[in-house]
Amino acid sequence: MTGAQMTDTPEALIEVRDLAKTFDVSKPGLVRLLEGLPVQALKAVDGVAFSIRRGETFSLVGESGCGKSSVARMVVGLDRPTRGSVVFDGTDLAALRRRADIAPLRRRMQMIFQDPYASLNPRWRVADVVAEPLDAFGLVRSRSDRTEKVAEVLQQVGLSPDDGRKYPHEFSGGQRQRISIARALAANPDFVVCDEPTSALDVSVQAQILNLMKDLQQRFGLTYLFISHDLSVVNHVSSRIGVMYLGRLCEVATAGDLFRHPQHPYSRLLLDTIPDVAMAGRARAPVPGEVPDPIDPPPGCAFHPRCPFANERCLQERPEPARYGHSTVACHAVEEQRIPPFSRSNTGR
Amino acid sequence: MALLQVDRLRVEFPARQRTLVAVDDVSLSIDAGEVLGVVGESGAGKSVTGAAIIGLIEPPGRIAGGEIRFAGRRIDCLPDDAKRHIRGREIGSVFQDPLTSLNPLFTVGQQLVETILAHSDRTAADARRHALRLLEEVGIPAPAQRIDAYPHEFSGGMRQRVVIALAICAAPRLIIADEPTTALDVSIQSQIIALLKRLCREHGTAIMLITHDMGVIAETADRVAVMYAGRIVEVGPVRQILRSPNHPYTQGLMESIPRLGSDSAPLAQIDGAMPRLHEIPVGCAFHPRCPDASERCRETRPALRMVADSASVACLLFDDGCADD
Repeated sequence: MTGAQMTDTPEALIEVRDLAKTFDVSKPGLVRLLEGLPVQALKAVDGVAFSIRRGETFSLVGESGCGKSSVARMVVGLDRPTRGSVVFDGTDLAALRRRADIAPLRRRMQMIFQDPYASLNPRWRVADVVAEPLDAFGLVRSRSDRTEKVAEVLQQVGLSPDDGRKYPHEFSGGQRQRISIARALAANPDFVVCDEPTSALDVSVQAQILNLMKDLQQRFGLTYLFISHDLSVVNHVSSRIGVMYLGRLCEVATAGDLFRHPQHPYSRLLLDTIPDVAMAGRARAPVPGEVPDPIDPPPGCAFHPRCPFANERCLQERPEPARYGHSTVACHAVEEQRIPPFSRSNTGR
Repeated sequence: MALLQVDRLRVEFPARQRTLVAVDDVSLSIDAGEVLGVVGESGAGKSVTGAAIIGLIEPPGRIAGGEIRFAGRRIDCLPDDAKRHIRGREIGSVFQDPLTSLNPLFTVGQQLVETILAHSDRTAADARRHALRLLEEVGIPAPAQRIDAYPHEFSGGMRQRVVIALAICAAPRLIIADEPTTALDVSIQSQIIALLKRLCREHGTAIMLITHDMGVIAETADRVAVMYAGRIVEVGPVRQILRSPNHPYTQGLMESIPRLGSDSAPLAQIDGAMPRLHEIPVGCAFHPRCPDASERCRETRPALRMVADSASVACLLFDDGCADD
């Protein structure tokens, strides 16, 4: 449905087509029966389509509950999509049923999670944590190969091979995130999904991790799908960015285009709300309204209740993504050219 | 005279092996109607400083030295019931997670009325009217319908507004806001900041804003204190500290923040991490990570000194004429 317009790149490593995930959030069956309640569905992701080129960093941004983490989980195969498909290097993941067919692809895609305190098993030594992908995919033949490979990846992320003997609790948050990166790298992946990898870290440590990830990307030619709510981090790491709102993509653009000429009113809203260190003493324009309840989203364009440019058509008809310049935008106001050019300076009244 | 004056505060937590010093020799002051930002990374001691001011240090932690004066009166050594009297009525507090600050079993109206009755001699009906006014003031739409709702029926941003209403219900002169926007989305964050600033302006309430987010500090605070390993390393007017920081730690911190409009060059990074409480080095606590550290920094602990008008820094580079490094 919306697949064709957003994906037109030839050398895509990942292609996501019309991806959707619906969660059943109904009350338990008996309660529903007794109280006469309907079945309720939450559309966490609805018709998302994008492609990621080899070697680039594609980011998804949005506020909590917009579906960005659900997309990430479906892309690596942790969740099964309700509709749509994920094509990795020409192979549709949903079409693979046999474990033996999936495993080689699984090795090539790894994930780094947000919370380095929850994503490492506290009872395992770091060497075992890092070697888990090696064991799972049968990548090493002998004990000494394994030790050697673990030492190598630990050094790649700036830890010492001796750290392999320690337990996760002996490390700080930043070092733990280095361990999760080492685990992701152990299987020599092509594609790494990073779900808010620095949002649990302090800024000075965040800078270390972002620099490390960038350095590793250049050294190993990695492709990243980066999930974050922090626009200044996203601006720093990304080649292209998709902005999500209530389960749908509202704008896909290069980092430069999005930050200089955001088109969708929601992208503009997000840019306006970034606290800027250079703006000391100047007030941000507070944005009215909140993200609506995803169980009962507004009809038409989901953003219309907060949109300063909404008209009658936005209340009824859902906008489909279309190309404007180098960006893809789903907005009636952009289509009808009802939106004035963006300028960040005149919003800081 | 300053509304709040903290002098050489020291907070200790006895542990099995040794005593951990979470806040060490911290002095700061807040004037009426002023927003003081306290910024630092996790473990820097900023929340413990806030908790010490409102008298919420959990035993066995204790204030081991220094003085806290509020409106000229010493409040750190008061008995518990006198402290409780100050807490809420004179000093309000807003914490990070609005869901844990509210009781899930009572409606927001009940919680507001209870708090109002505890701090004033209004009648119950009058307290409810006051609760409605407060909800309206903090920007809850249709307060008359929402007052009897439970906390779980509110969104995160609305809950934080209710927490702020609770904090201001006795019209305190100082609010300690500990990471009030950290659990919220960016667009909601800007609403809560605008609300805090409006309260500060309209009622002359002073705010001590504790956060790790330099962006929030930049647009909210009048002055900022930067903390590292339990000590204040730099304090001064917010523009000055953010634009031309003096302390090497503040400089590194500012440079490590990704900025809009900058290219994708690697971020400046401070190597290493803040020391844990049991391994704070002697001398300047920052010296193992400091690019400008000298032999003296390993032995001598720098004191906070005035460097320019109203900005102070604790660094030996700025100590008595040795600034020519």
